[in-house]
Amino acid sequence: MALARSVQRTRRLKLQAFRIAVFALAAVFFLIPLSAMVEFSTRANNGSRTLEYWQSITTYPEMTDAIVASLQLAVITSLVMLVLLVPTMVWVRLKLHRLNRIVEFICLLPLTIPAIVLVVGLFPMYIWLGTNLSDSILTLALAYVVLVLPYCYRALDAGLGAIDVKTLTEAARSLGAGWFTVMWRIIVPNISNAILNATLLSVALVLGEYTIANNLLYNNLQVELVHLGRASAGTSIAVAVGSLFFAFVLLVAIAFVGGRPRRMRGDPVAAVAGPLQASQA
Amino acid sequence: MSERAGVEVRLENLVRRYGTVTALDGLSLTLAPGELVALLGPSGCGKTTALRLLAGLEEADQGRIVIGGNDVTGLPTNRRNIGMVFQAYSLFPHMVAWENVAFGLQMRHVGTAERKKRALETLELVGLGKFAYRYANQMSGGQQQRVALARALAINPQVLLLDEPLSALDAKVRSRLRDEIRRVQLEVGITTLFVTHDQEEALAIADRVGVMQAGKLEQLGPPTLVYSRPATPFVADFVGLTNRMAGTVRGGAVEVRGASIPLVHPDTPDGPATALVRPEAVTLAGNADGESGPLTGTVIAVAFLGAVSRVTVDLGDTTVLAQLPTSAASQHPAGSRVRLELRSDPVLVQREETAPVAS
Repeated sequence: MALARSVQRTRRLKLQAFRIAVFALAAVFFLIPLSAMVEFSTRANNGSRTLEYWQSITTYPEMTDAIVASLQLAVITSLVMLVLLVPTMVWVRLKLHRLNRIVEFICLLPLTIPAIVLVVGLFPMYIWLGTNLSDSILTLALAYVVLVLPYCYRALDAGLGAIDVKTLTEAARSLGAGWFTVMWRIIVPNISNAILNATLLSVALVLGEYTIANNLLYNNLQVELVHLGRASAGTSIAVAVGSLFFAFVLLVAIAFVGGRPRRMRGDPVAAVAGPLQASQA
Repeated sequence: MSERAGVEVRLENLVRRYGTVTALDGLSLTLAPGELVALLGPSGCGKTTALRLLAGLEEADQGRIVIGGNDVTGLPTNRRNIGMVFQAYSLFPHMVAWENVAFGLQMRHVGTAERKKRALETLELVGLGKFAYRYANQMSGGQQQRVALARALAINPQVLLLDEPLSALDAKVRSRLRDEIRRVQLEVGITTLFVTHDQEEALAIADRVGVMQAGKLEQLGPPTLVYSRPATPFVADFVGLTNRMAGTVRGGAVEVRGASIPLVHPDTPDGPATALVRPEAVTLAGNADGESGPLTGTVIAVAFLGAVSRVTVDLGDTTVLAQLPTSAASQHPAGSRVRLELRSDPVLVQREETAPVAS
């Protein structure tokens, strides 16, 4: 008995050590380049520390515009993607199950198309858009929706696969719910984590996108960063670190807001006791 | 919860096809107000399709559905005022029990205080008042199905539909919940259609049992009648166990191994046929050491089923099942020679496997 306990304890300690080692390696992998960037962006020509590059970010109005535009694009892309994808995927699961493979194929297709090829295909459309409707940078959201489609499809597919969409929908319908209520009150709350993941991916992809914007001659955050890098390497790196930090904070905030654990609503005793092991009825 | 009178439900000549497969082939069925009818049958017989058509979850290719005198054939599910309990656990995972129960009331624009009050009352009705603040993942399967029952009843539906609600539960819980469903159904007085493939469940709970095969209703009647007087060989086979014994029909009775048994359908033409004899119609007359005869054989197995036991007897050219009290069965251990007797309960006969004799 004591021997078994000792073996178990040793195994647990080894596992713990392995986890810490992996975590430390990952931290080193990510933190060294980031530290180097911070170090570079705070180093003056004479080798002393300075915040000059960081302070100069605000003196580039194009940069502020680009940051705002990228954030707007992230929001628009995420919303359009969710509005398009969630009802379509639910409907396919409920009514058109045979089309599931086809929809999956179409959604994953952009993965196989290099961004530069996508640009070549989209270019005539953007010329037409610019001439006839609007040449706003926000029209880039159309291309970005295509770009984020495969990643968001996968995230949402995993979420929908984790619940019994058909039974929940039929149960809600039998209780008098219309389709919009089913979607908004039943499906969305139950795939909130998947929606959150899809949104995180979408935001991260849009904030980091360069090829399409640059080739379609729009100035988003990444394009401005490259421009700035040519003029001032220090400022460019400061913006890069700043945008990384901003994206990190944004993603953590979204994850925190969306991923809060459920509470035992209205039942203080149960809330204190936490989830109880249910006995058989 | 106030008592309420059920309504009549009529399914008229319902047909449902999936491509080339006909799932329902002209099903007609009337449920009297407050009655619980169980549809029983093997997988693919069309029982669930019938229930889904009644719920409005699928559309009939032909036929009419009338609930409480109103033709609801073309109405979508959410406007039919039906309560449904599903085979799969169907509680909304993001809502606690009372919120689940109150959901249907919210869809009917009942005020917050009133719907919470009614939800808690309905949970009390199914004995889960203390579980009102639990999420589905904090309840057992049986508890979840009881909440689902409460949710279905809370909206005061005209019809209650139960789609194999007990099939995912273990035997003990299933039996208890089955009785609970019946108690609540009788208390509320709601017209109920219960779909199951479990004959014991159907026979135990229903006012009438409908046995289905290949999209058609083979027999509809009180459980005792369906069991003791099956209308067709399929019903005899599907509901309970049946011995198939070769015999000859002669003058309204069938002679089986020297014994004459009356027929359910005495007008059956004379000739060779297979008699369908229930195990409980077979008795062990006593020890038959050294004897021989058409109904004398060797016990090859005794299955203990609690109060009764099932004895398998080898007659040489066939085996026969006999069901008798355990105390009686214990006197005939495996290997002993026994003489069988066939009770003179009316039986069905079958000419061949594919050509049943039925009126």
